[in-house]
Amino acid sequence: MSVVATKQEVVDKYLRLYKNNIDEINTYGADFLNNKRQEAFDEFKEKGFPHKKNERYKYTFLQPFFEYDYKSNFSPNTYQVNLDEIFKCDIPELDTYTVLTLNGNYYTRNNPAESLPKNVVVTSMQEASQKYPELLKKHFDKYAQKHEEGLVAFNTMFSQDGIFVHVPKNVVLDKPLQIINVALSERDLLINHRNLIVMDENSQANIVVCDHTLCFRRYLTNSVTEFYLGDNANLEYNKIQNENNESIQIGHTYVHQEQNSYSRFNTITLHGGLVRNNLNIRLLGENAESQAQGLFLTDRKQHVDNYTNIEHVKPHCQSTQLYKGILDDQATGAFNGKIHVYPDAQKTVAYQTNNNIQLTDDAKMHSKPTLEIYADDVKCSHGATSGQLDEKAMFYLRSRGIKYEEARFLLLYAFADEIISKISVEPLQMRIHELVDRRLRGELSRCHNCQITCD
Amino acid sequence: MLKIKELYVTINDQEILKGINLEVNPGELHAIMGPNGSGKSTLASVLAGREEVNVTSGSIEYNGEDLLEMDPEERAHKGVFLGFQYPVEIPGVSMVNFMKTAVNEQRKQRGMEELSASDFLKLMREKSEFVGLKNNLTNRAVNEGFSGGEKKRNEIFQMAMLDPALSILDETDSGLDIDALKAVANGVNKLKRKDNATVVITHYQRLLDYIIPDFVHVLYKGKIVKSSDKSLALELEEKGYDWLEKEVEV
Amino acid sequence: MMNDQDKVLKEVTQSDYKFGFTSNIETESLPKGLNEEVIRLISEKKNEPEFMLEFRLKAYRNWLKMKTPQWAHLKIPEIDYQDIIYYAAPKQKAKPSSLDEVDPELLDTFNRLGIPLEEQKHLSGVAVDAVLDSTSVKTTFKETLAEKGIIFCSFAEAVQEHPDLVKKYMGTVVPAGDNYFAALNSAVFSDGSFCYIPKGVRCPMELSTYFRINAANTGQFERTLIIAEDDSYVSYLEGCTAPMRDENQLHAAVVEIVALENAEVKYSTVQNWYPGDKNGKGGIYNFVTKRGMCKGNNSKISWTQVETGSAITWKYPSCILRGDNSVGEFYSVAVTNNHQQADTGTKMTHIGKNTKSTIISKGISAGQSNNSYRGLVKVMKNAENARNFSQCDSLLMGDKCGAHTFPYLEIDNKSAIIEHEATTSKIGEDQIFYCNQRGIDTEAAIGLIVNGYAKEVLNKLPMEFAVEAQKLLQITLEGSVG
Repeated sequence: MSVVATKQEVVDKYLRLYKNNIDEINTYGADFLNNKRQEAFDEFKEKGFPHKKNERYKYTFLQPFFEYDYKSNFSPNTYQVNLDEIFKCDIPELDTYTVLTLNGNYYTRNNPAESLPKNVVVTSMQEASQKYPELLKKHFDKYAQKHEEGLVAFNTMFSQDGIFVHVPKNVVLDKPLQIINVALSERDLLINHRNLIVMDENSQANIVVCDHTLCFRRYLTNSVTEFYLGDNANLEYNKIQNENNESIQIGHTYVHQEQNSYSRFNTITLHGGLVRNNLNIRLLGENAESQAQGLFLTDRKQHVDNYTNIEHVKPHCQSTQLYKGILDDQATGAFNGKIHVYPDAQKTVAYQTNNNIQLTDDAKMHSKPTLEIYADDVKCSHGATSGQLDEKAMFYLRSRGIKYEEARFLLLYAFADEIISKISVEPLQMRIHELVDRRLRGELSRCHNCQITCD
Repeated sequence: MLKIKELYVTINDQEILKGINLEVNPGELHAIMGPNGSGKSTLASVLAGREEVNVTSGSIEYNGEDLLEMDPEERAHKGVFLGFQYPVEIPGVSMVNFMKTAVNEQRKQRGMEELSASDFLKLMREKSEFVGLKNNLTNRAVNEGFSGGEKKRNEIFQMAMLDPALSILDETDSGLDIDALKAVANGVNKLKRKDNATVVITHYQRLLDYIIPDFVHVLYKGKIVKSSDKSLALELEEKGYDWLEKEVEV
Repeated sequence: MMNDQDKVLKEVTQSDYKFGFTSNIETESLPKGLNEEVIRLISEKKNEPEFMLEFRLKAYRNWLKMKTPQWAHLKIPEIDYQDIIYYAAPKQKAKPSSLDEVDPELLDTFNRLGIPLEEQKHLSGVAVDAVLDSTSVKTTFKETLAEKGIIFCSFAEAVQEHPDLVKKYMGTVVPAGDNYFAALNSAVFSDGSFCYIPKGVRCPMELSTYFRINAANTGQFERTLIIAEDDSYVSYLEGCTAPMRDENQLHAAVVEIVALENAEVKYSTVQNWYPGDKNGKGGIYNFVTKRGMCKGNNSKISWTQVETGSAITWKYPSCILRGDNSVGEFYSVAVTNNHQQADTGTKMTHIGKNTKSTIISKGISAGQSNNSYRGLVKVMKNAENARNFSQCDSLLMGDKCGAHTFPYLEIDNKSAIIEHEATTSKIGEDQIFYCNQRGIDTEAAIGLIVNGYAKEVLNKLPMEFAVEAQKLLQITLEGSVG
């Protein structure tokens, strides 16, 4: 990275990587992904990485992160690790169906399939390609807007596997499904994984996703996850990001919602080098509802950018967005959110709020809450604030005898709590509380469970 | 003045009024009482010309004309006034500006000259004193930030300003403390003349301690089931609306 | 009531632009097209000193390297810059010493616009610089102002009479290569207004520039420079209209304001360029760069705009808050109807300590129009205790229009307190019904509600303009509702 590469050079590097490895990629790749690669290659060749002038990426310029030399392992079978020996989720009393991915590939050693409720499928994309072609044909690659986003095409070029979940009609998942994404490699690694979650009519599920890095290497993860929520389906999706300071996490989430469906996305970013979360939700049936929440706590030189695009396509839908950030040291953050109301989406009710607290003068926050509205009978509003802790509240607490540090902590905690309390899985909520608590007290500034301290 | 004949009304395809007959003559004060959901407010809405009420059959004659043919503002120009149950807030529009526009529109329609600014302000002051509306309220935006009581007084104030021939007061008494109630009643009484008429729609008998109606009608399940003089109100107070149920079924 | 609203909508969409007449004034113009030669010719025609030509050429060379900005929420048709006349001026004596020497047709034009140039006839509190096509026609009350040391004249005259001031300040707020349209303006601008308020002087009357495009196929490129010395105050107004023509005409102006210590400048605009017809044919492309620099401590610049005209508006009156305790304000009402497009807002850059900015933006969209607010609040690293409050409301009328809000908040200092609020709503049917019930017809009701909605901004306008602006809002919308 000594010489600054031009845009085309970086793109070419990956086009070459693809061409040189295409056979291996296909050999170990899921069929449905293999079928899309060439198309994706053409798309990426044309689009490249998001340009600096791309309004959606105004505050996060990703190209330089693709300039590093990463290892790409397209033969996943070569991993000789026993994850169970290394990693265990340590949240007490968290009772879940648990699956793991290792560097983007489904890790089969502890397949929970037998204990799952009847007909619920949780498996790898590879296996799904063989066993459930009908479902994949119907849903795979149908929601991700690859024409809008070069990085989705990039993902489709290189992804070989990921998680497939199917919750059939009328089935309620009795306990949360936990997906743990683990990055583990002795060298810097490029990870692309592709997930599909299909929830049929009247189904209900709570999914918890935890991202972890187990070594202090640079991991660039570029993942795409597609969701289909049928009529009256109900989903809560909790994503806990907890990766090392060198990691780069780019997540593209696309959600297709039918009528009366409900989704709640909670994204908690506790740790990470650079995090970019894209959340695209399309409300395509009447009375669909979306709640999107996000919280990040950053310090050092971390950068977190939450992008949302909530599309109200049909009338009588509701959406709420609440994103918060606490920035310490030289951390930078961005919120780039949009409510898009289509001409026919009358009676839309949509709210968007972004609140940030900067703890130091070196921290930077960029906020761009956007409304794009083409229907007239709507109720939409957004608000954004940025600043320090409320001085009056601070004074009030201190005048009651609470010392400065404690008062500051109480207020920060209250600020974060509004998001954390949206997580309905109680043990998880308590764990996040605990982590945030420790984090805000400055006792621990590293990913949880981490034996290797960053820096 | 007002003749309602066999009026059937639906809202969202649900039948609310099922054959209303009512005649109101100049100089009369009518009270329409009834339990919640009996169709009282719908009756007020249909008289004022709200869009979402749908008249399926029957007629309303107002001074010999077909009221149902008229736009809401035309009804207003011809002297129909509705005191709203929930007066709407209109941010940024001052009461003065609002009333000036309303009064002058009415004058224009009646072939009268517009009021000069000074005459208008004089009228404002006079009428706001008349209903005991605090002066500073007239400088605020229409109903914005008004308390419940202030909103209702404001309705009576507008009634005084526009001097209507037929006033329909839709639950103007609900949510008021006793002082506000007296002020509202006082306003209504003072505005009563031989050539105008008032229809008071209410849930409680309480208002009728201060406004003496010539007729009391009981609206029940979309029909006027009983009409009498003011003693009916007292009877209702004593026995409650349950008593009606038996009456009706008998 | 619905039918009534349809009727009203129809009326509005067919309501006429009131200033669409053309005047038969002999003009002198350069041939179409743009190159260095044209720029040299413009400079020569204006008998400009060397520094002006240099400024123009530098801007032109910058411009050649630039591209039309793409980030706005606008569909801007390709503009052929070689198909535009860059210089047109009414043929008359270079500097009429009295009104008798001004072409009567010209006087009549301004009279018809309600801007009489005879001082005795004019509103006594306002001095006017009237600009037709690219040239300043007449500046009123010059002598009265000169007694106080105030310079108020056409830009061309300032270049001749006060070259030092022009040289010192021109391009310091909006540099020659600032953006595509500003660069174009810097290269070819032919005239505009110049205003200088000396130290300690409170300008006794409103200063005003009235812009009028008349000639066909011309672009209007005027440039305004306002300098307020220490402890001075001025309130400045700007109005504009254009004839109805089928082709689109380009207006790319630049306004620069410099406020020194304790100075206050209020700049108000009522923009009523021809918006095109109801099918979106014709109209002015209004691509304007307006920026003020609060250079001195405790200085204040306040922008107020009522935007009702133009086919496309691209405009962001901004404040650079460099001085400590300086204050920037932006109050805007933007109305779009039929096929109009507007992308307008502001930029508040907080650099000094304890700087404050307020943004109140009220958008109203009707017809098939698109109306966007785009605003940046930037707090630099050393801007301790910056405060910003932004409120951006949108009102929609009818279901074919769009209202959009694109705020950008970039905060690099922890002591900043920044608040942004926005709402989008339609005119409530229950509000209209309430008015109807009081005898106010739907059209008047909408007028009332819209003026009430925009009141916070209209109140910021000088008296004479506020009444005008209210009428204008009503004419532009004349009832339209959904």
